Amino acid sequence: MTMQVTDGGRAQPTPVPVQADGGSNLPAIYQRLGRDALRDALKKMHLIRLFEEGAEKAYMRGLIHGTMHLSIGQEASAVGTCMPLSDADYITSTHRGHGHCIAKGADVGRMFAEFFGKETGYCHGRGGSMHIADVAKGNLGANGIVGGGIPIAVGAALSAKRRKTTQVVVSFFGDGANNEGAFHEALNMASVWKLPVVFVCENNRYGMSTSTERSTAVANVADRAVAYAMPGVIVDGNDFAAVAQASFDAVDRARRGEGPTLIESKTYRIRGHSRSDRNRYRTKEEIEEWRGRDPIVAFEKELLDLGLLTRDESEAVRAEAEREIEAAINFAAESPAPPLKDLTRFVYSN
Amino acid sequence: MDAAVRELSYAQAIQEAMAIAMEADENVILMGEDIGVYGGAFQVTGDLVHRFGEDRVMDTPISELGGAGVAVGAALTGLKPIFEFQFSDFATLAMEQIVNQAAKIRYMLGGEVSVPLVMRFPAGSGTGAAAQHSQSLEAWLAHVPGLKVVQPSTPYDVKGLLLAAIADPDPVMIFEHKLLYKMKGPVPEGSYTVPIGKAEIRRQGSHVTIVATAIMVHRALEAAIELAKDGIEAEVIDLRSLRPMDTGTIIESVKKTGKLICVYEGVKTLGIGAEISAAIAESEAFDYLDAPILRLGGAECPIPYNPDLEKTAVPQVDTILAAARSLLAGRL
Repeated sequence: MTMQVTDGGRAQPTPVPVQADGGSNLPAIYQRLGRDALRDALKKMHLIRLFEEGAEKAYMRGLIHGTMHLSIGQEASAVGTCMPLSDADYITSTHRGHGHCIAKGADVGRMFAEFFGKETGYCHGRGGSMHIADVAKGNLGANGIVGGGIPIAVGAALSAKRRKTTQVVVSFFGDGANNEGAFHEALNMASVWKLPVVFVCENNRYGMSTSTERSTAVANVADRAVAYAMPGVIVDGNDFAAVAQASFDAVDRARRGEGPTLIESKTYRIRGHSRSDRNRYRTKEEIEEWRGRDPIVAFEKELLDLGLLTRDESEAVRAEAEREIEAAINFAAESPAPPLKDLTRFVYSN
Repeated sequence: MDAAVRELSYAQAIQEAMAIAMEADENVILMGEDIGVYGGAFQVTGDLVHRFGEDRVMDTPISELGGAGVAVGAALTGLKPIFEFQFSDFATLAMEQIVNQAAKIRYMLGGEVSVPLVMRFPAGSGTGAAAQHSQSLEAWLAHVPGLKVVQPSTPYDVKGLLLAAIADPDPVMIFEHKLLYKMKGPVPEGSYTVPIGKAEIRRQGSHVTIVATAIMVHRALEAAIELAKDGIEAEVIDLRSLRPMDTGTIIESVKKTGKLICVYEGVKTLGIGAEISAAIAESEAFDYLDAPILRLGGAECPIPYNPDLEKTAVPQVDTILAAARSLLAGRL
């Protein structure tokens, strides 16, 4: 687990080594989560990967139009972050938001239906990949505007506090968003008002083609937390346990009324920015190096090594995810399209 | 018994509407720059912070984009925020949240959510504040499906339209002309609404229809009194709502008068007047026209500082008078 706190204002809890079933050291976060939650997390990571691979194939076959932004390689970041959240907690997501949606509990059938532009989709075919949402599960939506969801998350946190709930809001965004004014304005307000919100920057090293080195004056996005008097935490985004631990710490802190945290989850997108990307700004070697740090492979191996999962169970989890994806694609393909007469439905409430 | 009717200023009427809504629903909150102990740049929120506390009358940092986004997020999740821009010009800093988020979230999410948000915009020229504090940008926002845009011209209407806006499940933008804030008029006590999307005929007339917005309604009414002395009876329509726009009332009036003048403060080209003119050109009222349609709007320049230049930049009573007289010359 790699983790550091950049502002020195907050002590890092040390994982307590305990004897696991298999006799190995079990990270504290795994003890807290328990076997069932860990297997569910692994299944969600498989679902995200298989969903995106399935969406990519469907795009190639012309079943999906427009574009999409795949998060392959970032699954641990999405699932680990959502571990402390219940359906009552909110997230705001990004254009690269399929993983967040699944991690927050979405049904992959309704997600595929949305991608296929069908009436049964989460947004009744009006939003597509870039606006996928699942309000019942607390996902307030992906966003086509870089940084657009960050102030909205702060507003949801203001609402949670004002309505005297214990809800927490997680705002996902990428490294590109950390140079938008909305990021800075939102973090400042969240800190001034001590709101229950966690800012999760999934730093995958490139805002489209421009690297953080070329775009961002600080070495780490988390360094910017200092300016807004909140803890800034750097975490290996491909390490499920590290992400989950950081998220629990930040969410617990938010629920205690101690205010926001900025987590920088350092990760990598294996695919290009979108369908138009020709990967001219990075090397094949770099992509291959990160392919070797696949978060799903690493998590699965860890669970096997710790004796929290058997080979048979691991295969069963993956097979279950594959069946769900297949059923989801069939559901989407067979679903009806929205009636053309309903073009302007949903613009206004009445 | 009818509610007692008092004389209130336009600003007092807004404040009263907000207080009524806040008393009735604790999820109604006010957000904006210096709206707390300062009372707002135009003293619209006044002492509300003492009555409802800082948690409900929230001073925001000078962060229009972030603040607007916070209001959107709060509206999505159970609150009913009323967000005050200190000047409507500052909406340019928040266009992302207004246009891409507030207006579209309901549609993008297939009707699974709504955004019950009210935004208030002190607008218009006449205060000597020059180009960045005097604009009339209402047509910008009226171009966006998903928003509702109103422009009340009287204390009665601003209270009723604001209460209608707060009750509305969708985002409503209220443009308040700064010169109207001190204007007094009869306002009933208690709660009432003025429907969004309905124009009001302020003066009946048979010779020419004048459609006006905000402060221009009062200038048009003043011009109509002068015109009556020449035997010209102008019908003055207060548009009140830009989106949705009550074209039906205008069409019926033009069918009666055969002549149309549009008066508005926003820049003349590609503005509200073009939309009203097109609505007439596309309707059965076209066949009733017996003179060209005239548009009187803001000049093709930023609002200048010099007071005489500033007055010249937007329609005044004399501008309306001259236009109506030339339009009607030889046509009565």
